Amino acid sequence: MRGRLLLPALALLMLLGAPAVATAEERASLSEIEEQVMCPVCGTLLQLAESPQAQREKAFIRRLIAEGKTEGQIKDALVVEYGEEVLALPPDSGFSLSAYVVPIVAFLLAAIALAMGVMRWRRGGGPRDAAPRAAGPSDDDAERLDADLARYDL
Amino acid sequence: MSVRSSIAVLAVLAVVGLLVFGLVSKGSSGVALGDPAPTDPLPRLEGSGEGSLAEYKGQWVLVNFWASWCIPCKEEAPALEQFQSRYGGPGFTVLGIDSRDLTGDGRAFVERYGLSYPQLRDGDGSAAHDFGTTGVPENYLVDPSGKVRWLLRGPVGEEHLREQVAPFLPGSDS
Repeated sequence: MRGRLLLPALALLMLLGAPAVATAEERASLSEIEEQVMCPVCGTLLQLAESPQAQREKAFIRRLIAEGKTEGQIKDALVVEYGEEVLALPPDSGFSLSAYVVPIVAFLLAAIALAMGVMRWRRGGGPRDAAPRAAGPSDDDAERLDADLARYDL
Repeated sequence: MSVRSSIAVLAVLAVVGLLVFGLVSKGSSGVALGDPAPTDPLPRLEGSGEGSLAEYKGQWVLVNFWASWCIPCKEEAPALEQFQSRYGGPGFTVLGIDSRDLTGDGRAFVERYGLSYPQLRDGDGSAAHDFGTTGVPENYLVDPSGKVRWLLRGPVGEEHLREQVAPFLPGSDS
């Protein structure tokens, strides 16, 4: 009997608890948003700015947090007010996309070039301009050497 | 030229191209006396739709960049409103441009100081950039052909308006 009641009670608790957890996860915080947006007048992160404009921007964010807006909604509202340059990270569309794509492409090209260089080096059996192995003296030199040594043979 | 050299040249050209684009798009701009004033459309601060300096062609316009968080802007607002009351009409208007400000704050400022002249909103500061402002407030007198005839980087007072702006205007008795 107790087991029969326990399962529905647990299910009910989970159902009731889920929205509360989701709300807590989505709840925006001023300190986190301040790290992601700019003070347009100062040209610094809002977190570092204390100008009158920055104070108004912080008050605006606080008000939206109090209204229950999520971080994404607050950032969207800031973009409506100040334009996309209010975002500390450039948007991932249009020309700004190059800020993300160029470093990745450059890294891939460098990795490919390095891999090709290593493959070529291994195929060639080592560095191309390594010193050639020392060869022995030619026949003429060997005869001359023997003659010289015989002269000093005591 | 080998394939490897061509790739290297293309890579260098791409990097130089990006740098040039960055400089051109972010580079310095601004207007000097005699230059045509920028006329890109901006949203109206109150109401809906857009407005532009181009709408006032044929009139003298005193373009006033301001923001609600700017203390000198609060000090000059009454003088500007008084000047508009006296000279505003078919031949002249003050045109406010609320720059890098929150819409709600800007509207509250207009209401608080009883500003009757038209207001545009420059939230991202693009118009301020085009004019080459160094801050707020700044004032630009634009003639009927759309050229800048006088500018002041800082707040205007009654004296500036009476002695330096009014003489340009039609029907001025000074």
